[in-house]
Amino acid sequence: MQIAQNWIDIAYLIAASLFILGIKGLAKPKTAVRGNLLAASGMGIAAVVTLLHHSIVSYEVIVAGLIIGAVIGAILAIKVQMTSMPQLIAMLNGFGGGASFALAAAEYFKGVDTTVAMAASGAAVLIGAVTFTGSFVAFAKLQELIDGQPKGFPGMKLVNLILLVGAVGAIGYMTVTGQPNDTLFWGVVVAAALLGVMLVMPIGGADMPVVIALLNSYSGLAASAAGFVMGNSALIITGSLVGASGLILTQIMCKAMNRSLTNVLFGVMAEGGEAMDADEVYQGKIKASSPDEVAMILETAQRVVIVPGFGLAMAQAQHAVRDLADTLEARGATVEYAIHPVAGRMPGHMNVLLAEAEVSYDKLKDMDTINPTFEQTDVAIVIGANDVTNPLAREDKGSPIYGMPILNVDKARTVVVVKRSLSPGFAGLPNPLFAKDNTLMLFGDGKQAIIDTTAALKEG
Amino acid sequence: MDFVAQLTVFVLAIFLGFELITKVPPTLHTPLMSGSNAISGITLVGALLAAGHGGSTLISVLGFIAVVLATINVIGGFMVTNRMLAMFKRK
Repeated sequence: MQIAQNWIDIAYLIAASLFILGIKGLAKPKTAVRGNLLAASGMGIAAVVTLLHHSIVSYEVIVAGLIIGAVIGAILAIKVQMTSMPQLIAMLNGFGGGASFALAAAEYFKGVDTTVAMAASGAAVLIGAVTFTGSFVAFAKLQELIDGQPKGFPGMKLVNLILLVGAVGAIGYMTVTGQPNDTLFWGVVVAAALLGVMLVMPIGGADMPVVIALLNSYSGLAASAAGFVMGNSALIITGSLVGASGLILTQIMCKAMNRSLTNVLFGVMAEGGEAMDADEVYQGKIKASSPDEVAMILETAQRVVIVPGFGLAMAQAQHAVRDLADTLEARGATVEYAIHPVAGRMPGHMNVLLAEAEVSYDKLKDMDTINPTFEQTDVAIVIGANDVTNPLAREDKGSPIYGMPILNVDKARTVVVVKRSLSPGFAGLPNPLFAKDNTLMLFGDGKQAIIDTTAALKEG
Repeated sequence: MDFVAQLTVFVLAIFLGFELITKVPPTLHTPLMSGSNAISGITLVGALLAAGHGGSTLISVLGFIAVVLATINVIGGFMVTNRMLAMFKRK
C-alpha cells in the first residue's frame, strides 16, 4: 500500500496548494469568488481521496456523519442573516476546535506510540477544547443569551493559571513517561473546557472582534496540532495558515482599539483620569434635529460621508442607507462610507452588511484613506457608531480611550448623528462630538430616521 | 514523516500565511474568516480515517463527532463565504 499512500499524500499537497491559491484570490473582490471555489475543490479532492484509504473498513459512521454535518452546515449558511455573521463565525470557530479535539482524542484512544504524537494530541485536545467552549461563550454573548458585560470572580486568573498549568503538566507527564493515562487525559479535557469558558467570560462586548479573531486563530492551531498527531502535512499547512490569519486579524483589531492583547484577554480597561460627567459635557449644547432639517442641509451638500457602526446592523438600516446615498448621488453629490476597523462586532462586518445592500465596495473607505477628506466633507452622517468617533481619543490625554485611532468626523462642516439616545458606547464615556457646534442629533430608530430623511429630501 | 520535517512544514506555512493574509483587504476580512473556517475543516480527512477505522465504540463515536463538526465547517464555511463574496461583485 506504499504507492497508494504516496498518491494520497500528493492529493493532500494539491489540496493544500488550492487552499493557498484560494486565500490568494481573496486579495481582490474580483478574484475572491473564484478563490473560494478553488479552495472548495481542494477540500473535495482531499475528502474523496481519503475515502479511498485502505484503513477505512466501514462507511456507515462516515456517511451518517457527512450527511448530518452537510445538512446542518448548509442550513446555517443559507439561513444566517448578514447582521448575525459574527455569531456564525463564532460557532464555526467552535466547531473547528471541537473537530480537532474529537480527532485528537480518537487518535489518543487508538494508541499514540511516539513522543511527538502524545504531545501533539495533548496540545490538540487542549487547544481544541478551549476553542470549543470559549467560542460558545462568545456566541452566547453576541446572541445576547448572556449579558455582554465582563463577568468574573476574585481569583479567576489564579484558577485559570492553575487549570492551564495542570493541563500542560499532565500532557507533559504523559509525554515524558511515554505512558498514556486515561484519567489524566480526561482531566486535561475537563480543565481545557473550563478554561475556555473562563477565558471568554471576563471579556466585554466591545472586545468581541478581538476574541472572535483570536478563537479563529486557535481553531487553526488545534488543526495543526492534530496534523502533527497524524503526520498529515495537509492538516499542518492548513492549520498554520488559519492560525496566521486569525493572529493577523487579532493584531489589526487590537491596534484599532489601541489596546494590547493582554489587556483585552484580562479584561483590563485603561485607567481613566477623573470620571467625566455626561451632563457636564452635554448640558445645553445638544441640538436635536429633525429629518426635514437634515434633508435641507443635505440638499446643498456636495460631499457626504456615511459612518456606520454596530447600531446600523442592529437597526437593519443598510438598505435604507443605500437609498439615501442613491438619492444624494442622483442630486449630484458624492457619497462615501468611512469604515473603522472595529466598527461592528467582527473584522469586516460593516463591509459585508453594506455589500448586502449592494453598495459598491470601492465606496467603502478605510480609516487612513477617509480621514484626510473630512475637512472637505459637507455632511458626515454617523449611524449607530459612537466610540470610534469620540474626539476624546485624540484630545484628552487622561481619557481611557486616548490614543485609539478614530474617524475624524468632527472635522466635517456638519455632522449628523443618528442615535436612539445619548447613552454611551461600550467604553462608557460621554462623546463630546454630540455637543459640538456643528453637530446635529437625529434621535430615533436608525432605519426610520434615514427613511424619513430620504423622503424629505425627495420632496424638497 | 519525522518531527523535524513536520516542524519545518509548520513554520514555513506560518510565514506563508502571514504573507498571504496581509494582502487581504479589510473589506474582505469577514469572508476571510468564514473561508478560513471552511479550510480548517481539513480535519475532516483525519476524522474520516478515525470514523472508518472500525476500532472501539469510543473511537467511532469520537470519529463520528469529528466528521459531523468538520463537515459543518466545510459545507457551512464554503457556502456562506460564497454567499458573501457574491455580494461583493461589482454591479
